[in-house]
Amino acid sequence: MAESSEVKVLGTWPSPFVMRARIALNIKQVNYAFLEEDLGAKSELLLKSNPVHKKVPVLINGDKPICESLIIVQYIDDVWSSAPSILPSDPYDQAIARFWAAYLDEKWFPALKGILFAEGEDAKKALVDQVVEALMLVEEAFGKCSKGKPFFGGDQIGYVDIAFGCFLGLIRVIEKFNDIKLLYQAKTPELVKWAERFCQHPAVNGVMPETEELAELAKILIVKMRAANPPKS
Amino acid sequence: MAGESVKLLGFWCSPYALRVKWALKLKGIEYEYVEEDLVNKSPQLLQYNPAYKKIPVLVHHGKPVVESLVILEYIDDTWKQNPILPEDPYERAVARFWAKFADDKCVPAMMGAFTKQGEEKEKAVKEAQENLKILESGLGEKSFFGGDKIGFVDIAVGWIGVWVRLTEEVAEVNLVDAKTMPLLNAWFERFPELPTIKECIPPWDKLLEHNRNFHKRLTAGST
Repeated sequence: MAESSEVKVLGTWPSPFVMRARIALNIKQVNYAFLEEDLGAKSELLLKSNPVHKKVPVLINGDKPICESLIIVQYIDDVWSSAPSILPSDPYDQAIARFWAAYLDEKWFPALKGILFAEGEDAKKALVDQVVEALMLVEEAFGKCSKGKPFFGGDQIGYVDIAFGCFLGLIRVIEKFNDIKLLYQAKTPELVKWAERFCQHPAVNGVMPETEELAELAKILIVKMRAANPPKS
Repeated sequence: MAGESVKLLGFWCSPYALRVKWALKLKGIEYEYVEEDLVNKSPQLLQYNPAYKKIPVLVHHGKPVVESLVILEYIDDTWKQNPILPEDPYERAVARFWAKFADDKCVPAMMGAFTKQGEEKEKAVKEAQENLKILESGLGEKSFFGGDKIGFVDIAVGWIGVWVRLTEEVAEVNLVDAKTMPLLNAWFERFPELPTIKECIPPWDKLLEHNRNFHKRLTAGST
């Protein structure tokens, strides 16, 4: 059963990766304490719980720290194994879900993030094209995974929904800042509808930041990042 | 059920294909091996892995699974004998953590030590040493990452032991030795000596020759 106050999530409200852990816990209806970290002054608990990376999210269950967002989601699914499941039960479907989550993190997200810091219109356009093309692959995957149901996970939010959905706020912010379209009707109509359903899901709508709040924060971060990373020649 | 019809598309000296071979061997799974020409990729490969167009690809009952760590998990989920991942959820999370750490942090740095030159090379060597030292902390005093027996991390990361030696030889660097990383060094020696593991590793001199040539081509045209 849920060990309510024994479960903690160390994180920050805007982080998509932290959101993954929180959505997973919400799906399982596990009570947890959310400890907001100041990434400029990391807590002792964070440094002790994630000495290797010193990053959020960290899930602490009793005395056990678990790091890396997708690993955390799988852990949550393993521990609170009562329905609803996050990963599919069939090994092949599980492999497909793991594949897409890894693809999003390793191939798609770096391009998305890159748009924020791209120098020059050509570089930006190349990344935008990359992001949109990848989203079209994800749209195709949605068709196969959902099998006509509302989510990648079927009737319920699953692993890929969580892995991808956490980026929706960031996508909207990047679209707004750059006056571009990334996730839109013409290219990825099913994902547009899915995005709306995802954001309204009870496990999600409490932890998905408002686009306006996120935009304000993004502005500050971009200035900081640009100062710390001078343009490459 | 699991049944027959397992095919592995690979490349003889790919460490990522090697991981999968080890897992299949450990589980006693019979499979058809297909050597891919990575310069002229087969229509089969492109069809099975359109997103990455890479090996390894495991094809089971005609359905492709790609990305070596995903394949390892699939193999463990499908064939229950000789489990690779631990039973305990926390131990599983720890195993996944170290496999990811090795891939994300140790491998790029090791590749950097191999491919780069001058100051960049020195930086990569230092980074590789630091990250390998951290990896060592995941092993601790155990014989293997899996404990007394090999497990997920050993299978996922074990190739690094061989490739570190290749890099050290070809790029003339020192990454891991008995003085600086006694525990990891010992595991680097212990793991490839296991019969099921050793059988799958390509001959050292072939690997060395291939990597020397690769290194030569990389460093030939550089300023």
